Amino acid sequence: MTEPLRLAVSRGALFEETLDLLDAIGVDSAALRSDSRSLLFPGEKVTVLTLRPSDVPTYVEAGAVDLGITGKDVLMEQHERVVYEILDLSYGHCRMVVASRAGDEFAQDLERRLGAVRIATKYPRVATRHFEESGRQAEVIEVKGSVELAPIAGLADGIVDLTATGRTLRENALEIREVIGECTARLVANRVAHKLRQREIDELVERISARA
Amino acid sequence: MNYPIPPGTRDILPDEMRELRALSTALLGTFERFGYGEVWTPTLEYEDVLVKGDERAAGASYRLFDEHGQVLALRSDMTIPIARLVATRFDDEPGPLRLCYLSHAYRAVTPQRGQQREFLQAGLELIGAEAPGGTVEVIEVLCAALDAAGLPRARVGLGDAGLYRGLLEGMGAEGNGAGAVLLALERHDFVELEARVAELRVSDRRQQTLTTLPQLRGGVEVLDRAVELGGDDVRQATQRLRDVAEGVTERGLADRVIFDLGLVRDLGYYTGAIFEVYDPALGHVIGAGGRYDDLIGRFGDPRPACGFALFVERLHVAQAEEERREE
Repeated sequence: MTEPLRLAVSRGALFEETLDLLDAIGVDSAALRSDSRSLLFPGEKVTVLTLRPSDVPTYVEAGAVDLGITGKDVLMEQHERVVYEILDLSYGHCRMVVASRAGDEFAQDLERRLGAVRIATKYPRVATRHFEESGRQAEVIEVKGSVELAPIAGLADGIVDLTATGRTLRENALEIREVIGECTARLVANRVAHKLRQREIDELVERISARA
Repeated sequence: MNYPIPPGTRDILPDEMRELRALSTALLGTFERFGYGEVWTPTLEYEDVLVKGDERAAGASYRLFDEHGQVLALRSDMTIPIARLVATRFDDEPGPLRLCYLSHAYRAVTPQRGQQREFLQAGLELIGAEAPGGTVEVIEVLCAALDAAGLPRARVGLGDAGLYRGLLEGMGAEGNGAGAVLLALERHDFVELEARVAELRVSDRRQQTLTTLPQLRGGVEVLDRAVELGGDDVRQATQRLRDVAEGVTERGLADRVIFDLGLVRDLGYYTGAIFEVYDPALGHVIGAGGRYDDLIGRFGDPRPACGFALFVERLHVAQAEEERREE
Protein backbone atom coordinates (compact mmCIF):
# COMPACT_ATOMS: atom_id res chain seq x y z
CA MET A 1 0.00 0.00 0.00
CA THR A 2 2.67 2.53 0.93
CA GLU A 3 4.78 3.72 -1.95
CA PRO A 4 8.50 2.89 -1.90
CA LEU A 5 10.90 5.49 -0.54
CA ARG A 6 12.56 7.45 -3.32
CA LEU A 7 16.32 7.70 -2.95
CA ALA A 8 18.52 9.86 -5.19
CA VAL A 9 22.12 8.72 -5.56
CA SER A 10 24.98 10.63 -7.16
CA ARG A 11 26.58 9.34 -10.33
CA GLY A 12 30.23 10.26 -10.11
CA ALA A 13 32.99 9.72 -7.57
CA LEU A 14 30.62 8.39 -4.90
CA PHE A 15 28.69 6.03 -7.19
CA GLU A 16 30.58 2.73 -6.67
CA GLU A 17 30.65 2.95 -2.90
CA THR A 18 27.02 4.02 -2.83
CA LEU A 19 26.10 0.87 -4.77
CA ASP A 20 28.06 -1.21 -2.24
CA LEU A 21 26.11 0.51 0.51
CA LEU A 22 22.81 -0.32 -1.21
CA ASP A 23 23.81 -3.99 -1.44
CA ALA A 24 24.81 -4.00 2.23
CA ILE A 25 21.37 -2.78 3.32
CA GLY A 26 19.46 -5.16 1.09
CA VAL A 27 18.66 -2.93 -1.88
CA ASP A 28 19.64 -4.81 -5.02
CA SER A 29 22.06 -2.73 -7.07
CA ALA A 30 22.49 -5.17 -9.98
CA ALA A 31 20.32 -3.13 -12.33
CA LEU A 32 22.16 0.07 -11.41
CA ARG A 33 25.50 -1.59 -12.11
CA SER A 34 24.56 -3.07 -15.46
CA ASP A 35 22.42 -0.35 -16.98
CA SER A 36 24.08 2.99 -17.35
CA ARG A 37 21.39 4.64 -19.42
CA SER A 38 18.34 4.34 -17.19
CA LEU A 39 17.90 7.01 -14.56
CA LEU A 40 15.18 5.43 -12.46
CA PHE A 41 15.26 1.97 -10.88
CA PRO A 42 12.01 0.90 -9.22
CA GLY A 43 12.23 -1.37 -6.18
CA GLU A 44 9.83 -2.84 -3.68
CA LYS A 45 10.90 -0.75 -0.69
CA VAL A 46 13.27 1.73 -2.28
CA THR A 47 13.17 3.28 -5.73
CA VAL A 48 16.56 4.61 -6.76
CA LEU A 49 17.14 7.62 -9.03
CA THR A 50 20.57 8.50 -10.36
CA LEU A 51 21.45 12.20 -10.57
CA ARG A 52 24.35 14.56 -10.89
CA PRO A 53 25.75 15.10 -7.36
CA SER A 54 24.89 18.82 -7.38
CA ASP A 55 21.26 18.10 -8.36
CA VAL A 56 20.62 15.88 -5.33
CA PRO A 57 19.84 18.73 -2.88
CA THR A 58 17.48 20.31 -5.43
CA TYR A 59 15.40 17.11 -5.72
CA VAL A 60 15.45 16.48 -1.97
CA GLU A 61 14.46 20.02 -1.01
CA ALA A 62 11.52 19.99 -3.40
CA GLY A 63 10.37 16.57 -2.22
CA ALA A 64 10.79 15.03 -5.68
CA VAL A 65 12.71 12.36 -3.77
CA ASP A 66 12.49 11.51 -0.06
CA LEU A 67 16.19 10.83 0.50
CA GLY A 68 19.46 11.57 -1.24
CA ILE A 69 23.12 10.65 -1.05
CA THR A 70 25.62 13.30 -2.04
CA GLY A 71 28.93 14.79 -0.93
CA LYS A 72 29.31 17.28 1.91
CA ASP A 73 31.06 19.57 -0.61
CA VAL A 74 27.79 19.83 -2.56
CA LEU A 75 25.84 20.54 0.64
CA MET A 76 28.37 23.20 1.67
CA GLU A 77 28.03 24.91 -1.70
CA GLN A 78 24.20 24.76 -1.50
CA HIS A 79 24.23 25.88 2.11
CA GLU A 80 20.86 27.66 1.95
CA ARG A 81 18.84 24.66 0.83
CA VAL A 82 16.54 23.26 3.51
CA VAL A 83 17.32 19.55 3.79
CA TYR A 84 17.81 17.35 6.83
CA GLU A 85 21.36 16.06 6.97
CA ILE A 86 20.81 12.84 8.87
CA LEU A 87 23.87 10.62 8.50
CA ASP A 88 27.59 10.74 7.77
CA LEU A 89 28.16 7.75 5.48
CA SER A 90 31.93 8.14 6.05
CA TYR A 91 33.05 7.10 2.55
CA GLY A 92 34.32 9.35 -0.21
CA HIS A 93 36.57 11.23 2.18
CA CYS A 94 38.02 14.46 0.77
CA ARG A 95 39.14 17.84 2.04
CA MET A 96 37.99 21.25 0.83
CA VAL A 97 41.19 23.29 0.67
CA VAL A 98 42.71 26.58 -0.37
CA ALA A 99 45.78 25.91 -2.53
CA SER A 100 48.23 28.00 -4.50
CA ARG A 101 51.44 27.55 -6.47
CA ALA A 102 54.22 26.06 -4.37
CA GLY A 103 56.74 28.70 -3.52
CA ASP A 104 54.44 31.66 -4.28
CA GLU A 105 53.72 34.16 -1.60
CA PHE A 106 50.15 33.77 -0.42
CA ALA A 107 47.58 34.77 2.15
CA GLN A 108 48.86 37.59 4.37
CA ASP A 109 51.80 38.45 2.11
CA LEU A 110 49.74 38.73 -1.00
CA GLU A 111 46.88 40.41 0.78
CA ARG A 112 49.15 43.07 2.21
CA ARG A 113 50.41 43.86 -1.23
CA LEU A 114 47.20 43.62 -3.26
CA GLY A 115 44.41 44.00 -0.70
CA ALA A 116 42.57 41.02 -2.14
CA VAL A 117 43.37 37.61 -3.61
CA ARG A 118 41.89 36.12 -6.76
CA ILE A 119 40.49 32.66 -6.15
CA ALA A 120 39.36 30.29 -8.91
CA THR A 121 36.88 27.60 -7.86
CA LYS A 122 33.98 25.34 -8.72
CA TYR A 123 32.61 26.23 -5.27
CA PRO A 124 32.09 30.02 -5.40
CA ARG A 125 29.83 30.17 -2.36
CA VAL A 126 32.12 28.05 -0.19
CA ALA A 127 35.11 30.18 -1.24
CA THR A 128 33.31 33.50 -0.68
CA ARG A 129 32.07 32.41 2.74
CA HIS A 130 35.47 31.09 3.81
CA PHE A 131 37.29 34.33 3.00
CA GLU A 132 34.50 36.50 4.44
CA GLU A 133 34.41 34.55 7.68
CA SER A 134 38.16 34.85 8.07
CA GLY A 135 37.96 38.60 7.51
CA ARG A 136 39.75 38.69 4.15
CA GLN A 137 38.81 39.96 0.74
CA ALA A 138 38.82 37.64 -2.22
CA GLU A 139 37.75 38.04 -5.80
CA VAL A 140 36.09 34.70 -6.48
CA ILE A 141 36.17 33.49 -10.09
CA GLU A 142 33.88 30.59 -10.95
CA VAL A 143 35.24 27.98 -13.35
CA LYS A 144 33.54 24.74 -14.38
CA GLY A 145 36.50 22.37 -14.67
CA SER A 146 40.27 21.83 -14.19
CA VAL A 147 40.60 24.44 -11.49
CA GLU A 148 44.29 23.56 -11.09
CA LEU A 149 45.02 25.33 -14.34
CA ALA A 150 43.87 28.73 -13.09
CA PRO A 151 46.94 29.68 -11.00
CA ILE A 152 49.34 28.27 -13.60
CA ALA A 153 47.74 30.25 -16.40
CA GLY A 154 47.57 33.36 -14.25
CA LEU A 155 43.77 33.52 -13.98
CA ALA A 156 43.95 33.44 -10.18
CA ASP A 157 46.38 33.57 -7.25
CA GLY A 158 44.91 30.46 -5.67
CA ILE A 159 42.10 27.94 -5.80
CA VAL A 160 39.45 26.49 -3.53
CA ASP A 161 38.86 22.87 -4.44
CA LEU A 162 38.21 19.38 -3.23
CA THR A 163 41.17 17.01 -2.86
CA ALA A 164 41.27 13.35 -1.87
CA THR A 165 44.94 12.36 -2.10
CA GLY A 166 46.48 15.67 -3.09
CA ARG A 167 48.00 14.08 -6.18
CA THR A 168 46.40 16.39 -8.74
CA LEU A 169 47.53 19.37 -6.71
CA ARG A 170 51.11 18.08 -6.53
CA GLU A 171 51.18 17.26 -10.24
CA ASN A 172 50.28 20.86 -10.95
CA ALA A 173 52.81 22.19 -8.44
CA LEU A 174 50.11 23.43 -6.08
CA GLU A 175 50.39 23.44 -2.29
CA ILE A 176 47.61 23.23 0.31
CA ARG A 177 47.50 26.48 2.30
CA GLU A 178 44.33 26.08 4.37
CA VAL A 179 41.82 23.32 5.05
CA ILE A 180 38.22 24.60 4.94
CA GLY A 181 36.55 21.36 5.92
CA GLU A 182 36.39 17.57 5.75
CA CYS A 183 33.92 16.13 3.27
CA THR A 184 32.31 12.69 3.12
CA ALA A 185 29.16 11.23 1.61
CA ARG A 186 26.00 12.26 3.49
CA LEU A 187 22.46 10.96 3.65
CA VAL A 188 19.97 13.83 3.41
CA ALA A 189 16.19 13.81 3.75
CA ASN A 190 13.33 16.01 2.62
CA ARG A 191 11.85 17.82 5.62
CA VAL A 192 8.31 16.57 5.02
CA ALA A 193 9.38 12.97 4.29
CA HIS A 194 11.54 13.06 7.43
CA LYS A 195 8.32 13.52 9.46
CA LEU A 196 5.68 11.65 7.47
CA ARG A 197 7.84 8.60 6.68
CA GLN A 198 9.69 8.55 9.98
CA ARG A 199 9.41 4.80 10.54
CA GLU A 200 10.80 3.76 7.15
CA ILE A 201 13.55 6.39 7.20
CA ASP A 202 14.66 5.50 10.73
CA GLU A 203 14.66 1.83 9.80
CA LEU A 204 16.84 2.52 6.77
CA VAL A 205 19.22 4.66 8.87
CA GLU A 206 19.47 1.86 11.39
CA ARG A 207 20.35 -0.66 8.68
CA ILE A 208 23.00 1.69 7.31
CA SER A 209 24.49 2.29 10.77
CA ALA A 210 24.53 -1.46 11.47
CA ARG A 211 26.41 -2.40 8.29
CA ALA A 212 29.88 -3.81 8.81
CA MET B 1 2.43 40.97 -26.89
CA ASN B 2 4.34 39.58 -23.97
CA TYR B 3 4.92 41.58 -20.81
CA PRO B 4 6.82 39.94 -17.94
CA ILE B 5 5.76 39.89 -14.28
CA PRO B 6 8.29 39.64 -11.43
CA PRO B 7 9.51 36.10 -10.67
CA GLY B 8 7.67 34.66 -7.67
CA THR B 9 4.39 36.34 -8.61
CA ARG B 10 1.65 34.94 -10.81
CA ASP B 11 -1.59 35.55 -12.63
CA ILE B 12 -4.51 33.32 -11.74
CA LEU B 13 -7.08 32.50 -14.41
CA PRO B 14 -10.79 31.73 -13.87
CA ASP B 15 -10.65 27.91 -13.53
CA GLU B 16 -7.97 27.97 -10.85
CA MET B 17 -9.44 31.06 -9.23
CA ARG B 18 -12.78 29.29 -8.82
CA GLU B 19 -11.07 26.43 -6.97
CA LEU B 20 -8.94 28.76 -4.85
CA ARG B 21 -12.04 30.75 -3.93
CA ALA B 22 -13.88 27.58 -2.87
CA LEU B 23 -10.90 26.46 -0.79
CA SER B 24 -10.55 29.86 0.88
CA THR B 25 -14.27 29.95 1.65
CA ALA B 26 -14.08 26.47 3.23
CA LEU B 27 -11.15 27.54 5.42
CA LEU B 28 -12.74 30.80 6.55
CA GLY B 29 -16.04 28.99 7.15
CA THR B 30 -14.24 26.62 9.53
CA PHE B 31 -12.61 29.49 11.39
CA GLU B 32 -15.98 31.26 11.71
CA ARG B 33 -17.62 28.06 12.99
CA PHE B 34 -15.11 28.01 15.87
CA GLY B 35 -15.92 31.64 16.70
CA TYR B 36 -13.09 33.42 14.89
CA GLY B 37 -13.98 36.77 13.30
CA GLU B 38 -12.29 37.81 10.06
CA VAL B 39 -10.13 40.92 10.04
CA TRP B 40 -8.43 42.89 7.29
CA THR B 41 -5.32 45.02 7.77
CA PRO B 42 -3.39 47.18 5.31
CA THR B 43 -0.87 45.47 3.03
CA LEU B 44 1.53 48.34 3.69
CA GLU B 45 2.56 49.20 7.24
CA TYR B 46 5.15 51.54 8.74
CA GLU B 47 8.41 49.63 8.75
CA ASP B 48 9.34 50.66 12.30
CA VAL B 49 6.06 49.17 13.56
CA LEU B 50 6.73 45.81 11.87
CA VAL B 51 10.32 45.74 13.13
CA LYS B 52 9.02 46.28 16.66
CA GLY B 53 7.35 42.88 16.35
CA ASP B 54 10.31 40.95 15.08
CA GLU B 55 13.43 42.23 13.37
CA ARG B 56 14.00 39.00 11.52
CA ALA B 57 10.42 38.85 10.26
CA ALA B 58 10.53 42.36 8.88
CA GLY B 59 14.08 42.13 7.55
CA ALA B 60 13.37 40.37 4.28
CA SER B 61 10.38 42.39 3.18
CA TYR B 62 9.96 45.08 0.54
CA ARG B 63 10.19 48.73 1.44
CA LEU B 64 9.18 51.98 -0.18
CA PHE B 65 8.83 55.64 0.74
CA ASP B 66 5.53 57.43 1.06
CA GLU B 67 4.97 61.06 0.00
CA HIS B 68 6.36 62.30 3.35
CA GLY B 69 9.51 60.19 3.18
CA GLN B 70 8.26 57.66 5.75
CA VAL B 71 9.44 54.08 5.20
CA LEU B 72 6.60 51.68 4.40
CA ALA B 73 7.01 47.92 4.24
CA LEU B 74 5.00 45.06 2.76
CA ARG B 75 4.06 42.71 5.58
CA SER B 76 5.89 39.37 5.60
CA ASP B 77 3.21 37.67 7.69
CA MET B 78 -0.10 38.56 9.38
CA THR B 79 0.83 37.84 12.98
CA ILE B 80 2.67 41.10 13.58
CA PRO B 81 -0.02 43.32 11.95
CA ILE B 82 -2.63 41.56 14.11
CA ALA B 83 -0.51 42.08 17.25
CA ARG B 84 -0.44 45.77 16.33
CA LEU B 85 -4.19 45.80 15.69
CA VAL B 86 -4.98 44.10 19.00
CA ALA B 87 -2.84 46.54 21.00
CA THR B 88 -4.41 49.51 19.21
CA ARG B 89 -8.06 48.50 18.91
CA PHE B 90 -8.78 45.91 21.59
CA ASP B 91 -6.61 47.04 24.48
CA ASP B 92 -9.60 47.29 26.85
CA GLU B 93 -11.23 44.02 25.88
CA PRO B 94 -10.30 41.25 28.27
CA GLY B 95 -10.64 38.53 25.67
CA PRO B 96 -9.78 35.92 24.73
CA LEU B 97 -9.94 37.38 21.23
CA ARG B 98 -10.48 35.12 18.26
CA LEU B 99 -9.39 36.65 14.94
CA CYS B 100 -8.81 35.13 11.51
CA TYR B 101 -7.72 36.35 8.08
CA LEU B 102 -7.33 35.56 4.42
CA SER B 103 -4.52 37.82 3.20
CA HIS B 104 -1.48 38.10 0.99
CA ALA B 105 1.97 38.44 2.52
CA TYR B 106 5.29 39.17 0.84
CA ARG B 107 8.78 37.81 1.20
CA ALA B 108 12.01 38.10 -0.74
CA VAL B 109 12.84 35.04 -2.82
CA THR B 110 15.93 33.24 -4.03
CA PRO B 111 15.79 33.14 -7.84
CA GLN B 112 14.94 29.84 -9.58
CA ARG B 113 13.78 28.10 -6.44
CA GLY B 114 10.05 28.16 -7.01
CA GLN B 115 9.53 30.45 -4.03
CA GLN B 116 6.59 32.85 -3.92
CA ARG B 117 7.20 36.56 -3.52
CA GLU B 118 3.48 37.12 -2.97
CA PHE B 119 1.48 34.36 -1.32
CA LEU B 120 -1.97 33.89 0.15
CA GLN B 121 -2.33 32.90 3.79
CA ALA B 122 -5.42 31.71 5.65
CA GLY B 123 -4.84 31.74 9.37
CA LEU B 124 -5.98 32.72 12.81
CA GLU B 125 -4.76 34.14 16.10
CA LEU B 126 -6.12 33.23 19.54
CA ILE B 127 -5.14 36.05 21.88
CA GLY B 128 -5.50 35.96 25.65
CA ALA B 129 -5.72 32.18 26.09
CA GLU B 130 -2.84 30.53 27.88
CA ALA B 131 -1.02 27.28 27.21
CA PRO B 132 -1.85 24.48 27.13
CA GLY B 133 -5.62 25.08 26.67
CA GLY B 134 -5.25 27.81 24.05
CA THR B 135 -2.67 25.82 22.13
CA VAL B 136 -4.92 22.76 22.05
CA GLU B 137 -7.84 24.84 20.76
CA VAL B 138 -5.68 26.21 17.94
CA ILE B 139 -4.56 22.68 16.97
CA GLU B 140 -8.18 21.56 16.98
CA VAL B 141 -9.23 24.34 14.59
CA LEU B 142 -6.17 23.64 12.44
CA CYS B 143 -7.15 19.96 12.07
CA ALA B 144 -10.75 20.96 11.25
CA ALA B 145 -9.44 23.36 8.60
CA LEU B 146 -7.35 20.59 7.01
CA ASP B 147 -10.46 18.41 6.93
CA ALA B 148 -12.43 21.23 5.31
CA ALA B 149 -9.67 21.54 2.71
CA GLY B 150 -10.06 17.84 1.89
CA LEU B 151 -6.65 16.82 3.19
CA PRO B 152 -7.20 13.82 5.48
CA ARG B 153 -3.56 12.71 5.11
CA ALA B 154 -2.15 16.05 6.29
CA ARG B 155 -0.40 16.02 9.66
CA VAL B 156 0.52 18.69 12.19
CA GLY B 157 4.13 18.58 13.37
CA LEU B 158 4.19 19.77 16.99
CA GLY B 159 7.31 20.81 18.87
CA ASP B 160 8.43 23.41 21.39
CA ALA B 161 10.58 26.43 20.54
CA GLY B 162 12.36 26.46 23.89
CA LEU B 163 12.77 22.72 24.40
CA TYR B 164 16.32 22.12 23.19
CA ARG B 165 17.68 25.39 24.54
CA GLY B 166 16.13 24.54 27.91
CA LEU B 167 17.67 21.09 27.80
CA LEU B 168 21.13 22.56 27.17
CA GLU B 169 20.69 25.11 29.96
CA GLY B 170 19.48 22.42 32.35
CA MET B 171 22.68 20.52 31.67
CA GLY B 172 24.75 23.63 32.34
CA ALA B 173 25.89 23.91 28.71
CA GLU B 174 26.09 27.59 27.77
CA GLY B 175 28.11 30.04 25.73
CA ASN B 176 29.69 29.39 22.34
CA GLY B 177 29.59 25.60 22.62
CA ALA B 178 25.84 25.52 23.23
CA GLY B 179 25.34 28.19 20.54
CA ALA B 180 27.10 26.02 17.95
CA VAL B 181 24.88 23.05 18.86
CA LEU B 182 21.72 25.17 18.50
CA LEU B 183 22.92 26.49 15.14
CA ALA B 184 23.43 22.93 13.86
CA LEU B 185 19.90 22.07 15.03
CA GLU B 186 18.45 25.11 13.26
CA ARG B 187 20.19 23.99 10.09
CA HIS B 188 18.77 20.45 10.52
CA ASP B 189 22.33 19.15 10.35
CA PHE B 190 22.48 16.14 12.66
CA VAL B 191 26.04 15.23 11.60
CA GLU B 192 27.29 18.65 12.66
CA LEU B 193 25.11 18.52 15.77
CA GLU B 194 26.72 15.29 16.93
CA ALA B 195 30.20 16.73 16.37
CA ARG B 196 29.39 19.91 18.32
CA VAL B 197 27.72 17.96 21.15
CA ALA B 198 30.89 15.85 21.48
CA GLU B 199 32.78 19.06 22.28
CA LEU B 200 30.49 20.00 25.19
CA ARG B 201 31.71 19.31 28.69
CA VAL B 202 28.79 17.16 29.78
CA SER B 203 28.59 13.46 30.66
CA ASP B 204 28.46 10.76 27.96
CA ARG B 205 24.87 9.98 28.81
CA ARG B 206 23.88 13.62 28.41
CA GLN B 207 25.73 13.79 25.09
CA GLN B 208 23.74 10.76 23.99
CA THR B 209 20.52 12.53 25.01
CA LEU B 210 21.45 15.72 23.16
CA THR B 211 22.28 13.79 19.97
CA THR B 212 19.31 11.42 19.94
CA LEU B 213 16.50 13.61 21.27
CA PRO B 214 16.12 15.96 18.27
CA GLN B 215 15.73 12.96 15.98
CA LEU B 216 12.74 11.65 17.91
CA ARG B 217 9.48 12.25 16.08
CA GLY B 218 6.28 10.26 15.69
CA GLY B 219 3.23 9.36 17.76
CA VAL B 220 2.59 10.50 21.32
CA GLU B 221 4.71 7.58 22.58
CA VAL B 222 7.91 9.41 21.56
CA LEU B 223 7.42 11.68 24.57
CA ASP B 224 7.78 8.70 26.89
CA ARG B 225 10.72 7.42 24.87
CA ALA B 226 12.36 10.84 25.29
CA VAL B 227 11.98 10.73 29.07
CA GLU B 228 13.32 7.16 29.17
CA LEU B 229 16.30 8.37 27.18
CA GLY B 230 17.20 11.45 29.14
CA GLY B 231 15.54 11.13 32.57
CA ASP B 232 14.91 14.27 34.60
CA ASP B 233 16.75 16.56 32.16
CA VAL B 234 14.21 15.69 29.49
CA ARG B 235 11.24 15.47 31.85
CA GLN B 236 11.74 19.14 32.69
CA ALA B 237 12.49 20.35 29.16
CA THR B 238 9.48 18.56 27.67
CA GLN B 239 6.93 19.45 30.37
CA ARG B 240 5.18 22.10 28.24
CA LEU B 241 5.03 19.83 25.21
CA ARG B 242 3.67 16.94 27.28
CA ASP B 243 0.92 19.22 28.69
CA VAL B 244 -0.16 20.08 25.14
CA ALA B 245 0.05 16.40 24.15
CA GLU B 246 -2.33 15.50 26.97
CA GLY B 247 -4.92 18.02 25.75
CA VAL B 248 -4.50 16.94 22.13
CA THR B 249 -5.02 13.30 23.14
CA GLU B 250 -8.15 14.16 25.15
CA ARG B 251 -9.69 15.79 22.08
CA GLY B 252 -8.95 12.68 20.04
CA LEU B 253 -6.48 14.48 17.77
CA ALA B 254 -3.29 12.59 18.65
CA ASP B 255 -3.41 10.69 15.35
CA ARG B 256 -3.27 13.92 13.37
CA VAL B 257 -0.20 15.15 15.23
CA ILE B 258 3.46 14.21 14.82
CA PHE B 259 5.28 14.97 18.07
CA ASP B 260 8.69 16.26 17.07
CA LEU B 261 11.41 16.87 19.66
CA GLY B 262 13.75 18.39 17.09
CA LEU B 263 11.34 20.88 15.51
CA VAL B 264 12.62 24.44 15.12
CA ARG B 265 11.10 27.48 13.41
CA ASP B 266 13.11 30.41 12.12
CA LEU B 267 10.91 33.27 13.37
CA GLY B 268 12.19 34.90 16.52
CA TYR B 269 8.88 35.50 18.31
CA TYR B 270 7.84 31.94 19.20
CA THR B 271 7.89 31.14 22.91
CA GLY B 272 6.33 27.70 23.35
CA ALA B 273 4.53 25.25 21.10
CA ILE B 274 5.46 25.45 17.40
CA PHE B 275 3.66 23.83 14.48
CA GLU B 276 4.44 22.81 10.93
CA VAL B 277 1.84 21.29 8.61
CA TYR B 278 2.76 18.52 6.17
CA ASP B 279 0.96 16.69 3.40
CA PRO B 280 2.41 13.67 1.57
CA ALA B 281 1.56 15.29 -1.77
CA LEU B 282 4.03 18.12 -1.22
CA GLY B 283 7.72 18.38 -0.27
CA HIS B 284 7.25 21.77 1.38
CA VAL B 285 5.41 22.66 4.59
CA ILE B 286 1.87 23.78 3.82
CA GLY B 287 1.41 25.77 7.02
CA ALA B 288 3.12 26.84 10.21
CA GLY B 289 2.54 28.60 13.49
CA GLY B 290 3.01 28.50 17.20
CA ARG B 291 2.72 30.27 20.52
CA TYR B 292 4.09 33.79 20.90
CA ASP B 293 3.39 34.93 24.45
CA ASP B 294 5.76 37.94 24.32
CA LEU B 295 4.75 39.46 20.98
CA ILE B 296 1.56 41.31 22.00
CA GLY B 297 3.49 42.81 24.92
CA ARG B 298 5.85 44.51 22.48
CA PHE B 299 2.89 46.61 21.28
CA GLY B 300 0.72 46.93 24.41
CA ASP B 301 -0.33 45.01 27.51
CA PRO B 302 1.22 41.55 27.46
CA ARG B 303 -1.16 38.73 26.54
CA PRO B 304 -0.48 35.09 25.79
CA ALA B 305 -1.25 34.20 22.18
CA CYS B 306 -1.10 31.41 19.64
CA GLY B 307 -1.88 31.06 15.95
CA PHE B 308 -1.13 29.52 12.59
CA ALA B 309 -1.13 30.34 8.89
CA LEU B 310 -1.88 27.95 6.05
CA PHE B 311 -0.33 28.61 2.63
CA VAL B 312 -3.45 28.53 0.45
CA GLU B 313 -1.70 27.99 -2.92
CA ARG B 314 0.22 25.00 -1.54
CA LEU B 315 -2.94 23.62 0.06
CA HIS B 316 -4.54 23.85 -3.34
CA VAL B 317 -1.74 21.79 -4.95
CA ALA B 318 -2.11 19.14 -2.22
CA GLN B 319 -5.90 19.14 -2.65
CA ALA B 320 -5.56 18.50 -6.40
CA GLU B 321 -3.25 15.57 -5.64
CA GLU B 322 -5.76 14.09 -3.17
CA GLU B 323 -8.52 14.33 -5.76
CA ARG B 324 -6.29 12.66 -8.34
CA ARG B 325 -5.63 9.77 -5.91
CA GLU B 326 -9.32 9.23 -5.29
CA GLU B 327 -10.07 8.79 -8.98
